[in-house]
Amino acid sequence: MDAASMKQYARRKRVHRAAMILSSTAAVAALVALAWILGTLIIKGFGGLGTQVFTEMTPPPGSDGGLLNAIFGSLVQTIIGTLIGTPVGILAGTFMAEYGRNTKLTTTVRFINDVLLSAPSIVVGLFVYEVMVQPMGHFSAWAGCVALAILVMPVVVRTTEDMLLLVPDSLREAASALGAPRWLVIQKVCYSAARAGLITGTILAVARISGETAPLLFTSLNNQFWSTNMNAPMANLPVVIFQFALSPYEDWQRLAWVGALLITLTVLALNIIARSLSSVKASER
Amino acid sequence: MNDTQIPTATAMTAMKERPSFDLADAVGTGGKPAELREKVSVRNLNFYYGKHQALKSISLPLHDRMVTAFIGPSGCGKSTLLRTLNRMYDLYPGQRAEGEVLLEGQNILDPKADLNLLRARVGMVFQKPTPFPMSIYDNIAFGIRLYEKIPKSEMSDRVEDALKRTALWDEVKNKLNASGLGLSGGQQQRLCIARSIAVRPAVLLLDEPTSALDPISTAKIEELIYQLKADYTIAIVTHNMQQAARASDFSAFMYLGELIEFGTTDQVFTKPKQAQTEDYITGRFG
Repeated sequence: MDAASMKQYARRKRVHRAAMILSSTAAVAALVALAWILGTLIIKGFGGLGTQVFTEMTPPPGSDGGLLNAIFGSLVQTIIGTLIGTPVGILAGTFMAEYGRNTKLTTTVRFINDVLLSAPSIVVGLFVYEVMVQPMGHFSAWAGCVALAILVMPVVVRTTEDMLLLVPDSLREAASALGAPRWLVIQKVCYSAARAGLITGTILAVARISGETAPLLFTSLNNQFWSTNMNAPMANLPVVIFQFALSPYEDWQRLAWVGALLITLTVLALNIIARSLSSVKASER
Repeated sequence: MNDTQIPTATAMTAMKERPSFDLADAVGTGGKPAELREKVSVRNLNFYYGKHQALKSISLPLHDRMVTAFIGPSGCGKSTLLRTLNRMYDLYPGQRAEGEVLLEGQNILDPKADLNLLRARVGMVFQKPTPFPMSIYDNIAFGIRLYEKIPKSEMSDRVEDALKRTALWDEVKNKLNASGLGLSGGQQQRLCIARSIAVRPAVLLLDEPTSALDPISTAKIEELIYQLKADYTIAIVTHNMQQAARASDFSAFMYLGELIEFGTTDQVFTKPKQAQTEDYITGRFG
């Protein structure tokens, strides 16, 4: 190598080293931030964690209590919201990938869905407030469920369409070639080929809504007491955390940390399940 | 394998591993035996992908319990012709066929024809193995369940029978509940053939069934084709001249969407009437 190209090579090595240092620093910084959040949560949250959290209601300031009504409310609203949003999402995604591929309707739905996917959740909360809470005259758990369902839908629509498009057409042809009608091809062959992806998408949607505060603030609001009435305001973890964390009372703040820890652990667990499901899928191929 | 290595008629005859088929020989020498019956008659078939015409006025028969090979260079329309025979093209908008394709006297191109019932009678196996993401047993049972309600024991018999006919039974009998995706490529392709014949079709269409397989699996499938023609009318698309020569009774040579020559395989390969056919099978082009 002559001197000029040696010089160029040395320069390239320097650039390489600089890029490596920058990107490693960025990666470490992101990791540190995450570890910091988790660490703070665990330190502050574990202190207040005890059986009373799962057995007692949210207390008035200055007395002992737990989060039972909020945990119950969150579970109920998340489950019902998912049960409403997932079927609609899967059916819409199925239409887009199977029946209406490359049609104008699909392109339009996909665009709107993408907008919905990145829409701030507070907008969804306000929307449901306008169409449900206002006309009904009161906050209710149903309204909360609907708001969460609206957030679930775009996630499920997107993953369903993506996962079904990954199913090769040759598989659809093979099933059709046996004389299977279209709906059966989709139900028996396409869905089972895309099963892991569909479940993963749903789990990620659940993870997304389990921490949402804004849509519930405008819909199911909160409830200090145990309530199973879907037509009345219902407690839920995110809004309780919001309320308790901003309060001046130390015991409320402690419970807010516990609630935050619970939500984070749930989301973490859901993500791990989704991860392992998609890796099972990958190893099957 | 290389198409260019088949220059002469004598080499062709030498290549034939199995004893040649009497009936086909008879036809080749001019006599037309009474047993030769047209299962499928393609009449004046034109096919369009949008505005592009892919098949130009094709007419040919598929004889009952015979293997007919469609040969020709890439893009000549042989796969298109095959996909017309079970109207697979109907899955895609913009593709249409004109003319007549008679299956046992009924025109399957009739817009009123029931496509699902048609496809249950005309099975198809594809270039790449397409096992369904389910157990080996369910892969076979899937097609049977579509149109027949039979008790479990009978279903097991049908599955076993289909797997035995495709020589897969001994390899999979202890893992019928394992996923069909776990089989090797050759096994998967035999599973797909088993799946097709399990529904007892009248016609079996094979679209380059061995082009993704190793030579041993290819030999097994060719052997299978030879056995299956006792019961089925078979059409096979192949790029492999030796395969067409070995496995088929009749051959149709196509070029640029037109049928150049149709005849018994012996005649097409040893005494082609058209210069283009000879050029192709001797490897001068394509």
